[in-house]
Amino acid sequence: MSLRVSSAVGLRVLTQLRRDPRTIVLMLGVSPFLLTLLRGAFDQDPVAFQKVGGPLVGLFPFTTMFVVTSITMLRERTTGTLERLMTLPLAKLDLLFGYGIAFALVGIAQAAIAAAVAFGPLGLEVAGSTWVVVALAVGNALLGMSLGLFVSAFARTEFQAVQFMPAIVFPQLLLCGLFVARDQMVGVLQILSDAMPLTYAFDALARVTTDGSLGARGALDVAVVTASIVLLLGLGAVTLRRRTP
Amino acid sequence: MLQPSMASVPAIAVEGLRVRRGGTEVLHSLSFSVERGSVTGLLGPSGCGKSTLMRSMVGVQIVESGRVEVLGEPAGSRSLRSRAGYLTQAPSVYGDLTVRENLHFFGRVLGVGQGRTDEVIETVALEPHADRVVSNLSGGQRARVSLATAMLGEPEVLVLDEPTVGLDPLLRRDLWATFSKLAAAGATLLVSSHVMEEAEHCDELLLMRDGRLLATETPDGLRRRTGRRQLDEAFLALIEAGHLA
Repeated sequence: MSLRVSSAVGLRVLTQLRRDPRTIVLMLGVSPFLLTLLRGAFDQDPVAFQKVGGPLVGLFPFTTMFVVTSITMLRERTTGTLERLMTLPLAKLDLLFGYGIAFALVGIAQAAIAAAVAFGPLGLEVAGSTWVVVALAVGNALLGMSLGLFVSAFARTEFQAVQFMPAIVFPQLLLCGLFVARDQMVGVLQILSDAMPLTYAFDALARVTTDGSLGARGALDVAVVTASIVLLLGLGAVTLRRRTP
Repeated sequence: MLQPSMASVPAIAVEGLRVRRGGTEVLHSLSFSVERGSVTGLLGPSGCGKSTLMRSMVGVQIVESGRVEVLGEPAGSRSLRSRAGYLTQAPSVYGDLTVRENLHFFGRVLGVGQGRTDEVIETVALEPHADRVVSNLSGGQRARVSLATAMLGEPEVLVLDEPTVGLDPLLRRDLWATFSKLAAAGATLLVSSHVMEEAEHCDELLLMRDGRLLATETPDGLRRRTGRRQLDEAFLALIEAGHLA
């Protein structure tokens, strides 16, 4: 591990993003746009908007970072730059931490903009602190990043990587409790839901939105999400092979 | 300075190397060694296993059996990662960064200063394009960015997979002169090519065909052995003699 090398990787990833203004606009602009649509759709039902708005602010960064990271890492594999990096004095953790630094910064920007729009002009209110919502959103950005890093190893093409979004992210969104309360699901789905990291990410956000504080269960949620990030990064490191067939 | 005991260890030592890719054996028990401070050409038709052999030397290829040592250490050892440079056949640099940004990134990973970055940009004659984004450069220019990256850390051993393909003849001549200069300064270069005329610039030749080593000779030795003046004819004679035997 070397701070010099991880920060070099982080800086490089950010420079690459900067070269692509359209992606930046999409990354930062899509969440506020969708929240605005949602506000309009729930115009006759403000209570529902207040209920799902807070969690959504915190979940958008998860989905964006998942796609962005899996494609970036896949490119690193297919263009041969990963192979070159593996011949250089760079630890796998340097690479993963470098990505982590860069995407955490992007996650902060993304969550801050979404929160500013939602809690400002859209009139969203949460019982707890908006800062906690933003902090959880950044954590979810990192969760999306580590999941994206890991699954990128199983995609050969960008087409496949993009399809992992509906295959791996949507089930978690459907079962996390956002659409249907978890205690109303059939047993099998509840068990599945228990095994998905996004369930805990959503639960923490829902607690801040309605209860106003995380509480003991919320703290457990944060611990599970943190452990998932560490576990996925570890699995991601295993998929980075110095030697390939 | 090299210690006397170290100087006697060849730069590259390969013994009984077998590599299997996709179920078929592509390298059939290769053995040879490469002396320090020399330019060795690895020549043979495309598909004969040159790239696989080079990948084995930098420790990114899974090998079936045999021994590959670089500077007296097993290929791919941690300590070799800053002592051996590798140029992949397809340019492996970041298309969305400029020439300079690419080199600064790899320079930070290797721990070399910015002065060195400017030096290698000059060596590959890319000063006029240093601040252009790599994806906007021609194929040959991209290949040179990749080559500059391989030379960046002033490695003791340079493994270059077809570094001069598609380049302007003038630049090709300059690069071969650079390779000779590096070798004179003590570096060891292994340079692959499928163009026999490039063999002229090498101190030693490794001639490969169908995953086997046909001969290890100097260019003059090859002429004497086959009685042909042109190296491509000599190579042909060697193949025909092999078939008769």
